[in-house]
Amino acid sequence: MSSIKQFFRTLFIYRSALIGLMIILILVGLSIYTMFTIPYDEATKLWRAGERYWLDNPRNAMPSWVNLFSTKKMPETIVLDSRKPQPGVSKALIPVSDRITRIKVEFSFNYEYDDFPSELNLFFNSSFNTSPPQLTIHWVKPNGEDIVLKSLLVAKGEDRYYISNDEKLARELKNAISKKINGTIEYDIPLTTLLFASEDSSILNPSTVKVMKGTYRLWIDGIAFEASVNLDAKLVVYGKVYGWAGTDHLRRDLGIALLWGTPIALSFGVIASISIAMIQMFIGAVSAWFGGKVDSLMQRITEVFMVLPFLPILIMISTFYKFNIWVLLIVVIALSVFGGSVKNYRAMFLQIKEFPYIEAARAYGSSNLRILTHYLIPKVLPTIIPSIVLSVADFVFLEAALAILGLGDPLAPTWGKIINDAYSNGALYKGLYYWVLEPSIMLAVTSLSFAMLGFALDKIFNPKLREI
Amino acid sequence: MIPKLAIYVVKRGIILLLTVVIATYMTIIVANMGGYVDEIIKSDLYLSISQNIRQNPAYKALNETQIRWLINATYTNELKKIGFDKPFIYRSVLYLRDALTLSLGRALFISSDSGSKSVRIIILERLPNTILLFTTTQLLLFFIGLFAGLFLARRYGSLLDRLSVLFAPLSSMPGWFYGIFLILLFASFLRLLPYGGMVDVPPPTDKFSYALSVLKHMILPVMSWLVAYVPINVYVRRTFFLMFSSEDYVELAKAKGLPESLIQRKYILRPTLPPIITDFSLTLIGSWMGAIITETIFNWPGIGSLFYMASVMFDSPVLVGLVVIYAYLLALTVFALEFIYAILDPRIRAGGM
Repeated sequence: MSSIKQFFRTLFIYRSALIGLMIILILVGLSIYTMFTIPYDEATKLWRAGERYWLDNPRNAMPSWVNLFSTKKMPETIVLDSRKPQPGVSKALIPVSDRITRIKVEFSFNYEYDDFPSELNLFFNSSFNTSPPQLTIHWVKPNGEDIVLKSLLVAKGEDRYYISNDEKLARELKNAISKKINGTIEYDIPLTTLLFASEDSSILNPSTVKVMKGTYRLWIDGIAFEASVNLDAKLVVYGKVYGWAGTDHLRRDLGIALLWGTPIALSFGVIASISIAMIQMFIGAVSAWFGGKVDSLMQRITEVFMVLPFLPILIMISTFYKFNIWVLLIVVIALSVFGGSVKNYRAMFLQIKEFPYIEAARAYGSSNLRILTHYLIPKVLPTIIPSIVLSVADFVFLEAALAILGLGDPLAPTWGKIINDAYSNGALYKGLYYWVLEPSIMLAVTSLSFAMLGFALDKIFNPKLREI
Repeated sequence: MIPKLAIYVVKRGIILLLTVVIATYMTIIVANMGGYVDEIIKSDLYLSISQNIRQNPAYKALNETQIRWLINATYTNELKKIGFDKPFIYRSVLYLRDALTLSLGRALFISSDSGSKSVRIIILERLPNTILLFTTTQLLLFFIGLFAGLFLARRYGSLLDRLSVLFAPLSSMPGWFYGIFLILLFASFLRLLPYGGMVDVPPPTDKFSYALSVLKHMILPVMSWLVAYVPINVYVRRTFFLMFSSEDYVELAKAKGLPESLIQRKYILRPTLPPIITDFSLTLIGSWMGAIITETIFNWPGIGSLFYMASVMFDSPVLVGLVVIYAYLLALTVFALEFIYAILDPRIRAGGM
């Protein structure tokens, strides 16, 4: 016990080791938290659910905390649903006669942001027997002006009206506003801007156009020619920020992948580095101890593997089999066990082999296996701990690299996967930096923490380094 | 004395050649997915033959059974013609013979920019690009590491030295990873440098501005590797030299009052030269393989991205070609190094190793 205490005292002389270890502990804590709050099956389901599940999220939204650093407040998403009573939502079905029902659904919300929403959608859920309700959708700006957005017959069951995609409406509104302010809007103005902008000369230029702040109202006036009709509606005013991590091109919450990336990256990196180092060390020990034919066979196999290109073979195998991350881990280990480090371990064991205590062990007649596992390997084990810790980062990045090439586990939400999505959707061209930066920072923090700990351990376990 | 050396050299030569043969054969097996690629080729062939025959007006009069028979007969003939009637194991030996004699054959799916299907041309077209980028980078890395290492070893404990120790963990992140950040900063945010590629589109016509354009495209990839690997290179070399400068014979030289530069050249650099040269030549050879992810991220048309393309498309002749060339180069380098050391090192000369 005291020797462990002693070890940590020595370790923490190096401040970097303390910082590294603390970050690793935080990451482990985060992993455990993630595994308990979002079970893996649920996480993959959420991640693979497709756009239907995430329909209430904005597309490519930045994380919410960007608002803390900017005087310009970006809009959050506003969801108003007539099935969920809340202030600003009202719904009424008024039987006019036994054959006619009037429907009135009204949403009102306060919009105090400095930027325009990214999209505007209206979802319906209706039930009726034969006659579909006829709806007229009105939009009331804070200045009190009422615009009819559209009249439509709603379909049975689920139906939707993608307001911000209505190009006809956009043309009409553009002309109406142009006429009102005696100018022409020259640029390609999105409908969301037309619906939320102050109607003065500032709208003529995309750099000056500003939001008309205040209370907006969307109300639906409907009529149905039967009594047993029901209609529910949901208005989604999509913002430009979402959650603590933002969303991607499929409206998915990046937070899920960022959280789940942690346990996956940690376990992949740690399992790969420990098992590869152990197996390589064992092969090195066997090679050095038995010598002769066993030795030269092991060395020839190692040389063959040194010639074989590791990454291309891994890419080929993963393209071919498209397997999940744990099989990938096994393949990585299998391809690495005869890596170049076997030669280093063998050289170490060749020196130790000649030590007197090994001779003593041989003299009392201990078996080869006993010498290997009780005398040779324990002697080398401490000296390889630093390199195990240091190589964790390599394998974390290997997994990320495969994902970036599009060859990772197709189901698992990982950091490399986010970078891959961001890259293939041109995040860097479009200036969606958060999309690339968030997973990259996680990768960087993880690898740096292991590296800082590893370098400090190196100085402790390799006394030759400590002297200098 | 000489026969002993000769026996050693011949023995090593044979062992290295065998290594190349086995590695190449393994690549052939892996690159063909143990024969699976054959199935792709066979089904492609069958499909194209049956389409040709069914669309041929000359065979309109034939009924379904006759057409089936005709397709099968043509297919069997074609298989025989390309040698596919023999089992894969038999052909893999033929492939091995071709690969080892460097008759690299024709690619299955990939073609060169000039439209050629010859594996040799495809590889030769991309090799200069990779050498330009990665050999430059490796040379820079090597010399920066060497000189900064020597410099810092002499100033052990100074601020710069402590900084080099502090920054070493930065190398735990690979070059391509820094590449993403550099693209974000210099291409996307500041719009100073191109996102990737090797030359402007359309390429400049005169040689000078062409070279300038290539140079401009090289800045980010080279920089990303320098940022990623200079810290560790400097740290490793510094530590390496420090270890040697605490050897007894160096202490003695210092005690004798020899000038610092002489000590560094004769007492530190010279005895450490063999491992440094080995390291240097192996990284140079390795740099010819390019870097798959860096080339993909920077869209650099080199060997690395060819490797990637070939592995994803199962273009086994290209893969085998790349591996066999690399294996030969590596084996030759190792052989040359061992030969030189065998002559120089009395321990090896005596046959101890």
